[in-house]
Amino acid sequence: MDYLKKNPKLVQLGFVLIGFVVLILMTGQYSEIIDVRDGFTKAVEKGQIVPVVGFSESVSMILRGQLPPQFVRIPELNFLNPVVSTSIVYILTTLLIMAGLIFNNYYAKIQSSKISLIDWFKKYWTKLFLYAIISIFGGLFVAPTLFTWFFGEPETSSFWDLPIIVTDYANFLMYEWFPIEIYDPDIEEFEDKALIFQITRGISAALLFAIALIREILLGGVKTIVTFTSWDWLSENKWAHWPALPWTVVCATATMLGYALKGRGLAMLAGFGTLYISIFGQWQPSMETLSFVLVAAPVSVILGLFFGVWSYKSKSAEVALAPLLNIAQSMPHFAYLVPVMVFFGIGDQAGAIATIIFATPPMIRLTLLGLKRVSPEVVDAGMMSGCHNYQLMFKVLIPTARRDILIGVNQVIMQCLAMAVIASFIGAKGLGFNLLLALNQLKVGQALELGLCIVIIAVVLDKLSLAWANKQTDYFADLPFIERHKWSLLFVVILLIGIALSYIGTFLFKGGINYLYLIPHTKGITLEPMLQGGIDWFLDYFFFSLQGFNKWLIIDVLLPMRESYLSMPVSATFFLVMGIGYIVGGIRSALIVAWCLLFIALLEWWDRALITAYMASFGVIVSVIIGITVGSLCAQNKTASKVVLLVCDTFQTFPSFVYLIPVMILFGVTDTTVLISVIIYATIPATRYTVEGLNSVPEDLQDAGSMSGVSRIQRWVKIELPLAFPHIMLGVNQTVIFALFMVIIGAFIGTEDLGQYIIKALSDKQGIGNGLLLGLCVACIGLTVDHIIQTWAIKRKQLLGMD
Amino acid sequence: MSSQDTPSQKEQPVVKCESVYKIFGENAKKMLQSSNGKVDAKEFQDAGCVVGVNNASFEVYHGEMLVIMGLSGSGKSTLLRCISRLTDTTAGQIFIDGEDLLALSGKELIELRRNKMGMVFQSFALLPHKTVVENIAFPLQVKGNSTKDSMTRAMEMVELVGLAGRENYFPRELSGGQQQRVGIARSLAVEPDIWFLDEPFSALDPLIRKEMQDEFLRLQGVLKKTILFVTHDFDEALRLADRIAIMKDGIIEQLDTPANIVLNPATEYVRKFTQEVPREKVLKIEAVMDPLDSSEELSDLKVSKDAIIETVVEAVLNEKKPVAVVDANNKTVGALHNSKVIHVLFGDNKEETNA
Repeated sequence: MDYLKKNPKLVQLGFVLIGFVVLILMTGQYSEIIDVRDGFTKAVEKGQIVPVVGFSESVSMILRGQLPPQFVRIPELNFLNPVVSTSIVYILTTLLIMAGLIFNNYYAKIQSSKISLIDWFKKYWTKLFLYAIISIFGGLFVAPTLFTWFFGEPETSSFWDLPIIVTDYANFLMYEWFPIEIYDPDIEEFEDKALIFQITRGISAALLFAIALIREILLGGVKTIVTFTSWDWLSENKWAHWPALPWTVVCATATMLGYALKGRGLAMLAGFGTLYISIFGQWQPSMETLSFVLVAAPVSVILGLFFGVWSYKSKSAEVALAPLLNIAQSMPHFAYLVPVMVFFGIGDQAGAIATIIFATPPMIRLTLLGLKRVSPEVVDAGMMSGCHNYQLMFKVLIPTARRDILIGVNQVIMQCLAMAVIASFIGAKGLGFNLLLALNQLKVGQALELGLCIVIIAVVLDKLSLAWANKQTDYFADLPFIERHKWSLLFVVILLIGIALSYIGTFLFKGGINYLYLIPHTKGITLEPMLQGGIDWFLDYFFFSLQGFNKWLIIDVLLPMRESYLSMPVSATFFLVMGIGYIVGGIRSALIVAWCLLFIALLEWWDRALITAYMASFGVIVSVIIGITVGSLCAQNKTASKVVLLVCDTFQTFPSFVYLIPVMILFGVTDTTVLISVIIYATIPATRYTVEGLNSVPEDLQDAGSMSGVSRIQRWVKIELPLAFPHIMLGVNQTVIFALFMVIIGAFIGTEDLGQYIIKALSDKQGIGNGLLLGLCVACIGLTVDHIIQTWAIKRKQLLGMD
Repeated sequence: MSSQDTPSQKEQPVVKCESVYKIFGENAKKMLQSSNGKVDAKEFQDAGCVVGVNNASFEVYHGEMLVIMGLSGSGKSTLLRCISRLTDTTAGQIFIDGEDLLALSGKELIELRRNKMGMVFQSFALLPHKTVVENIAFPLQVKGNSTKDSMTRAMEMVELVGLAGRENYFPRELSGGQQQRVGIARSLAVEPDIWFLDEPFSALDPLIRKEMQDEFLRLQGVLKKTILFVTHDFDEALRLADRIAIMKDGIIEQLDTPANIVLNPATEYVRKFTQEVPREKVLKIEAVMDPLDSSEELSDLKVSKDAIIETVVEAVLNEKKPVAVVDANNKTVGALHNSKVIHVLFGDNKEETNA
């Protein structure tokens, strides 16, 4: 009893668990209905049960030990529609709110220090923008809405119709809102076009041009020339064709960069990597992917830097961006595709934009982190040297934060490659596109080859950019011209030799194919027959054992688990999650997670979300067990830790989609495939954080433990694990996010969770509402777990004084 | 250290503070106004404010070195940051060469910093991406000087602080002492009138610290800047200062010459510092000499009034007659009695230990 008194949280946890079980037991007559997906909804449709019962009947049902139906599944609810009105009364209200806010601020300021009206305006004029937004929101939106609700005739809509409403709003914004007159050169007339439509088309065109430009530098072509002239001009001037860079030049340049940035090892990696891509005939799609990354990455970096600097400068920007970044980082890749498709169409530019949206948040985070980590004394030193703001930012802050910012660049490149495959769903060309084609035709060997190319590009770019981040600046003071520009000069030499070689190649090779210029897909070496043969052989021998395992897993583990998730009444889920939230972070946390859950529960996808949750949690449990075991074992030894961290690093650079391919070979198109890819992908962070956490236990403590005479096991259990645990939990957090992402990607090979609906939304013209809201649902699951674990880990770390 | 003369009152002070307050917290200004200048740290703390500097008033004259001494949290660095306007002062006035510092616009402040102020930081605060010479040239380049000019000037500074031959090193390749030499050189590159040093030697090892103090005294002997020097090390303060301001909880407890502080500590807090100080190592002969009495017969031994007692004490105590004290022009200005020397060196301490 004493033990329980000292640990009130344990008692609380006990209550929560008991309540949870009681609620499940009280499902009673509904438990048979809800353990099938959408069973409840179907039963309602068939008229077997009523979705809602009245208050008195609810009470009597509860007294009988039976949950009323609305506590088992949240029924379709209606809400009062908000109204936007710009009539004169509401404009006046808006102005009144504005005046009130301004007066309030001014009054507070003259109370504390006497300043004149003009000084006040000079100092706080930026506030006016904020006030304008607040008062427009309040006057034109909140006020008329409230008025209609209380005195008018409000209309209602169902929460299940939200996707349609969102779609309608998006279409209105896109095609009708704020028409402007645009000169259309095709019909030589002015035409009314919606503003947003024009803007997005402008952005699309600019990006498309940039991608085409870089693509043609790497692969040759005529589009850039056409952009500046016309097709007619081109057909008159047959010579005007931009030649591609010979692959030898790209290959040698990559080798040179590797050598310049780090040394022989990286040079060899980069050289052999590009060589492989070339002689295996994947040059063209690889360069398409590369050109796509080379456009998306710089844009993301610039945007990330901009927002990072902005949130460093302005506290309110930071506060406003933080939740957006959180959501953005827990939205699955697929969820970005649908809105982007609606606003920017289909093609390389849409893929690039989805990639940019996906890759910018980590850059913002790391920029902000880097800037915040600059020692305040360095900032002071800059100020005392008489820097003005611009100089302080670009000569002191950003260079000093260089390392973190460059790590951000590295992250951006990785995210871009991770998106390369997924972006091909909305028409981005390159390796990803070919990979999807191959998978659709079940040419697994070919898919494997393409996947390998993506992995090679990812690893090479990752290592190059990391080496760049870690490279210390060299000093160029008294070096002669050749020394100073040796790498640029070398590049020119490589370029000339490459061009010369490919020129020689035109005489050397007959039949129109110049192997020193570009090796086409059909003429490259290919291992495909071999791979396919190997796979067939493997399947021939192991088919039955694999199938046996597969069947066992599905029937004895996955199905029961899935059923138990589905048979949770909604009130039990809420009780459990909110209870844990309360234990970890008090009322505030309980409310935050409740909002996240409520968002999912109000939409019609609760069952789907439960399936997503079941798949993710199965993946997480297995990953965490593997990760902590492997991590703990490896952390006992320095070399082993290094090796395992290296393996984690390498695996993390693989774009997530790639993991599906080998598993698919073994287990075909089943849930098992998805779950095994989830486990492989999500074990990485669990392992990495365990090793890092255990290694960061201070040496002194280890020594103190040794001197107290602990055994190895005791040291692990009593010293290392408790201290490393908060860090390990952060790893678990990452594992959850990774697992969720992979579950959603798994929808590609057929699951029946939220991800499946997201994929469906992709091929639906009216899918934007579905796509967005489904993405937010997944993000909500992620955010719930993220919030609980982060809050716990931060508190625990503070308690241990390890901040 | 050049002079302990009280500066002439007519000379305009280079830095002048008048009842400077710095209070951290949200409604610090309001609270300060309602308290009528009498700030009780505890009362403010209860209201969620932290008192950094509490009613500091003093003047620093041309070529003088004022050391601000205090333990951590005493507000010494905050005071320095107020005077360099790195933080905004809550109330009070600060004048630099008679100009109201707090009234300067952003542009004027930048001009002032570019031309008149230099600052050295505790953790050196060097820019990691620039070499030694580039770091030193940084304030000049920020100012808009041509690269050639600023590099030439920076090289002069490299010579001055004794880092010649290492000008192309990066900060990470230097030892702590060397890094601080770069910091010193950078702060001096624009030839500032006022030199702020915020615990410049605290992060260094004791031996290196001693060496850097010597180096610093040598530099000051050549440059004769007006200096505000912050330290938590009382010995360092005694070694370097013309005058010392001892701070506690934001209040200046005592502001005086080292000798006066050692001999007449104003408060109990100051006395605690002075107790352990070996006086013969701090005091000069001047502090213990008596006025010249013509009736007295003086010994043949002559000591300079600026000599530290320790260096001459053996000879003095061996003399039977009072010893003549002479100034720089070899003119006799006072007499030194053995009994007085013994009393000053050992007297008070004994009383205190008895008490």
